[in-house]
Amino acid sequence: MIQISQLSKKYKGATDFSVRDLDLTIEDGEIFGLLGPNGAGKTTLISMLCSLLRPTTGSFTINNLNYKHNKNQLKQLVGIVPQEYALYPSLTAIDNLMYFGSMYGLKGKLLKNKIKEQLEILGLHDFARRPIKTFSGGMKRRLNLISGILHDPKVLFLDEPTVGVDVQSRTVIIDHLKQLNTEGTTIVYTSHHLNEAEHFCDRVAIIDRGQIVCKGVPKALIEAHENAHHLEDLFLILTGKALRDHA
Amino acid sequence: MHKLWASTYKEFLLLTRDIGGLAVLFLMPLLLVITITTIQDGTFKTLETSKIPMLLVDKDQGAVSRNIQENLNSSDLFEVIAGKSEKDAQNLVQKGTYQLAIIIPKDLSKDLQQKVRDNVEEILMRFGMEEENITSVKSEPKPKEVILYFDPATQQSFKSSVRSNIKQMISQIESQTIYKAFQEQLTEDESEVIFDTRHFITFKEIDPNNNEKPLVPNSTQHNIPAWTLFAIFFIILPLGINMVKEKNQGTFVRLRTQPVSYATVLGGKTLVYVTVSLIQFALMILVGIYLFPLINLPKLDVSGRLPLLFVVAFFAGLAAVGLGLLLGTIAKTQEQSAPFAATFVVILAAIGGVWVPVFAMPKLMQTLSNLSPMNWGLNAFYDVFLRKVGFAEILPEISLLFGFFLITTLIALSYNSRKNAI
Repeated sequence: MIQISQLSKKYKGATDFSVRDLDLTIEDGEIFGLLGPNGAGKTTLISMLCSLLRPTTGSFTINNLNYKHNKNQLKQLVGIVPQEYALYPSLTAIDNLMYFGSMYGLKGKLLKNKIKEQLEILGLHDFARRPIKTFSGGMKRRLNLISGILHDPKVLFLDEPTVGVDVQSRTVIIDHLKQLNTEGTTIVYTSHHLNEAEHFCDRVAIIDRGQIVCKGVPKALIEAHENAHHLEDLFLILTGKALRDHA
Repeated sequence: MHKLWASTYKEFLLLTRDIGGLAVLFLMPLLLVITITTIQDGTFKTLETSKIPMLLVDKDQGAVSRNIQENLNSSDLFEVIAGKSEKDAQNLVQKGTYQLAIIIPKDLSKDLQQKVRDNVEEILMRFGMEEENITSVKSEPKPKEVILYFDPATQQSFKSSVRSNIKQMISQIESQTIYKAFQEQLTEDESEVIFDTRHFITFKEIDPNNNEKPLVPNSTQHNIPAWTLFAIFFIILPLGINMVKEKNQGTFVRLRTQPVSYATVLGGKTLVYVTVSLIQFALMILVGIYLFPLINLPKLDVSGRLPLLFVVAFFAGLAAVGLGLLLGTIAKTQEQSAPFAATFVVILAAIGGVWVPVFAMPKLMQTLSNLSPMNWGLNAFYDVFLRKVGFAEILPEISLLFGFFLITTLIALSYNSRKNAI
């Protein structure tokens, strides 16, 4: 379970908080969607939960482990699939996975078997020994996912895992995430594909200007709003149509 | 340990997958040392064997000017070319056609002989050996100036060397003229040898390591250590770029979310890049021993000193890697790291004495040179290569290099920890 209490983040030199006094509980085994317009604070929230950013105030625990006192245990428990590819372009898929798997303490046959299995599931087995720089966007996305799940994390954070990929790659990624979830992995994910989120997530939270504006089961949230037929309608009702460009 | 090994292997793969980069890493230092040694060896040979063309304008046309010409020709330093006039010689030197010109003033022979003869007569008269004809009034000849013109582009060291040679030659001619004047006054017989004109005081250069064997440093013995060190320190450039790339690619962000310490990540880089510096060093040594003699350069002599040389190279490599790790940790973009690394290494080399010996630097720079790790490395290399010392004597220098590695790495770790503290 992830318990977030009064979590805030204000970047140095910024006038506003990116995340403000956020309270949230995500249950074990849930697929939870963090949705919001650009600059809403989704990535900042995930970065704090992944130990990449220091919260300005507030705290959180993951499976009762506090981020301040159990850093390494938390890192071992959590898997991260960042928005960037976060792979070495000149190395092959296997080289990348061997390295990132080793950093989780995996080694030998266990690591090799795990890599082989995941490459097969995500359709990259035939490209295992090719450098990443020759991969398409969809292939890189799938490999990026494998890098974050080799150590069978209890909680998996995904920051827009299907951005910029074709329907085929997206389907493979979503299907695999569903499979991981049925095996017990809690999934926290951000996306701009609201239709995808509506069908994929057990619960969602819509964040705007660093605060949660609504949360719940997608279907129930849509039904609660008269003019909303889909999550996207609800999203626009709650966050407005104004552009959210920011530098 | 497994994570350190995995990090090391990853660094090894990153290096070997970039064949072009790897070639540059190993071939450019070799090219550098071959080029510099060839140029410097050429300079040595120019001074020792080939002659520098020198314009000579003889306004004197006498015995002294002939003597000067003979001396210049026989000095093995200059090839004397007769100039038309002082004005013409000055123009040719100004244009850079000749590096220097010498103008022998009018009546030099006549006036020098007159001056010497007058002095000799005066001396002999005081000893009562000459007939007194005090009544004769002697006209005092004006002092003469031999004029030298140097190409404005000529280096100061070359000018000093030429000036000193010419000065020595003129003094010698003056003394010979004095001896000759005495000879003429004391005997009618020209064949009678009254004075032993051979030098009474000579000098002998002896290698302090070996009582009799003279010290003969050559361009190879000097250049291999200096430029190897330069190449070793240049490793901060690819290392810094490697680390900045990791930040930009997002791989460093991923590593921060993994249960691995920054020290382990840096450890992997250290092992690989120190190995690279040792390979660079080995290649330099091999080139010095086997390639240099084939291209008419002096052979590198490492007899019996190879293990100590590798010890110095290892610690110099550590110091360079420490600097690279610090730079890579602090720099945010390649635009920051690459120009800084390149310029900083050149500065370290300059104050470290790679180009100009430290003793020839101004006082302030001499003090600063004590802070350059390249100076410590260079001294350690010279200690082993030229002074032939043992491990105990290089211990202070390699301790400084190791200390430098520790300090720079600790600063990098501390900076990263403060920057990324959660």
